[in-house]
Amino acid sequence: MKFPVLRTYTVLYLLFLYIPILILPIFAFNNSTTAAFPLKGFTTQWFGRVFTDPALGEALKNSLIVAGSTAFFSTLLGILAARATTRYSFKGQAPLSGLIMLPMVLPEMIMAMALLVVLLSLGIPLSLFTIILGDVLICTPFAVAILTSAFQSLDKSLEEAAQDLGEGPFSTFYLVILPLVAPGIISAMLICFTIAIDEFIIANFLGSGEKLLSTYIFGQLRFPKNVPNIMALGTVLVCVSIALLATAEFFRRRGLARTGAKDTGGFL
Amino acid sequence: MTTKPDMIEFRNVQKYYGDYHALRGINATIKAGEFFSLLGPSGCGKTTLLRTIAGFEGISSGVVLVDGKDMANVPPNKRPTNMVFQSYAIFPHLSVEQNVGFGLRKDPRSREEKARAVGQALEMVGLAGYGARSAHALSGGQRQRVALARALILKPKVLLLDEPLSALDKKIREQMQLELIKLQREVGITFVLVTHDQEEALVMSDRIAVMFEGNIAQLDDPETLYRLPKTRQVANFIGTMNFLPATILSEAGGRAEVEAPGLGRLEVDVEKQISSAPATGKTTIGFRPETVTMLYDGQGSADRESMGTVAEVVYYGDMTYYDVTLDGCADPIRMSMRNVFGRPVLDIGTRCRVGWSPGAMVMFR
Repeated sequence: MKFPVLRTYTVLYLLFLYIPILILPIFAFNNSTTAAFPLKGFTTQWFGRVFTDPALGEALKNSLIVAGSTAFFSTLLGILAARATTRYSFKGQAPLSGLIMLPMVLPEMIMAMALLVVLLSLGIPLSLFTIILGDVLICTPFAVAILTSAFQSLDKSLEEAAQDLGEGPFSTFYLVILPLVAPGIISAMLICFTIAIDEFIIANFLGSGEKLLSTYIFGQLRFPKNVPNIMALGTVLVCVSIALLATAEFFRRRGLARTGAKDTGGFL
Repeated sequence: MTTKPDMIEFRNVQKYYGDYHALRGINATIKAGEFFSLLGPSGCGKTTLLRTIAGFEGISSGVVLVDGKDMANVPPNKRPTNMVFQSYAIFPHLSVEQNVGFGLRKDPRSREEKARAVGQALEMVGLAGYGARSAHALSGGQRQRVALARALILKPKVLLLDEPLSALDKKIREQMQLELIKLQREVGITFVLVTHDQEEALVMSDRIAVMFEGNIAQLDDPETLYRLPKTRQVANFIGTMNFLPATILSEAGGRAEVEAPGLGRLEVDVEKQISSAPATGKTTIGFRPETVTMLYDGQGSADRESMGTVAEVVYYGDMTYYDVTLDGCADPIRMSMRNVFGRPVLDIGTRCRVGWSPGAMVMFR
């Protein structure tokens, strides 16, 4: 029998991708301060320690503020951009959309440094606010991408029908357009939230020492005795991320089903 | 018919999309209570013209009047018109009754009265009992009915229908045609229908405007349009018409004597036609396939007869279509014969006698 090259390659590839993530929960429940085989025994003490650490509580609170605000503002900007590019055609539309999407591929490090220079020269003090600014910049392209597809699958005659039946532009927007793109909006917010909550580079460059989850984890890794705590925290974060992404995808698909559009591929 | 007031009037309506001249000076009036159709091939401007009535399309110059009022600065939501969209535009996130009642949001009536109006509208389109259903679970024909009910519940002065039947399959389409006619008679509202289907227009309309390239080529009732098309383009678009080149020999008193190969000399009535061309010269004679008959030996008679040869036979069961090359003609003419029991279908190459009448001939300048 011929050696199944492609099949072996696929299996190895997936193992390489996911074994590190699978190891995370294994060590999180391992009763030892060193992350090494053989396993010593089962414990949940690391989870207990994580949840009683006041520094982590502070970092979590900050991260939630940052990720929540980022999700809100990125999605708001995304709605405006997506609506403008799908509903109207205007001069310079293509280059403009390109510029909006560019932060997706620009090195984050460069953007973070450039932003830092600008903020400092403008005399704006670094804070959670400046972190949010940076995060909005990198999250907006994702929101635009998701929302453009949501607005595109919207039949233009639905809007005309609402007007024809007596509604003005604003009531048409909230009676017809908003409910139909709502799944896209929820989906965009969740994706932006997920990106912002573990964003490290922006948090490291544009913060003024406030601990966020990402910077907190990075700080803890320097102390070997804290590694199991991080494993436990990581396990929780992986589960939350998967749950958020699954929710986002659920809403995206429901949105497609509602408008009767064809599925053109999503994130999951 | 003539006593009815005008409901819609177009006065020299022009529409440009950039350099593209979509409507080239439309002048027409649509009467109150009329079933009016805009018929033409895709890209002729019929949908654009309909959308200028609804207010979705601005016009470059000219005037659109609805019920005597200039619609120039009236937005779609303030016009006394309602539309049935080609895609039906049923709101997918709402139920059937929410869709039908959508336009009643600002209606001052009580909730119960509105619910009753929705029920009546659904009954009118044959969807009683469907109110609670989710709109996106409906079939094409049902969506169409919901769209109709949603528009008619507002009792508009004009109902605009943008190719409403084109997405339905043949059986349901024919059924809906008849239902629409019935509905229009019941409610008495002016219907303006856009269609590219000439048969649909002939079946449903009181009057039809045939459009080509942003112009109305002819505006007439279905019978006149079919019997006396003013241009070859109109004649070709509506049904089938045979054309034979002819020469005008003389013209007097609204009648012209012409000579056409295959037919010989004949007199045609020219008063029915737009006559601006000179009294002599080249012309074209046209006639419908069903106005000529195959004369079998010892059977039938006609005003005039010509000899020809069968060039092609297409058998349709109830009908047979013959292409016959008349003696002296280069191109064959098409004729349709009803198949009668005992009458044989002729073979290709058979010599035959073709009967015709000068009264059925139309002259094109």
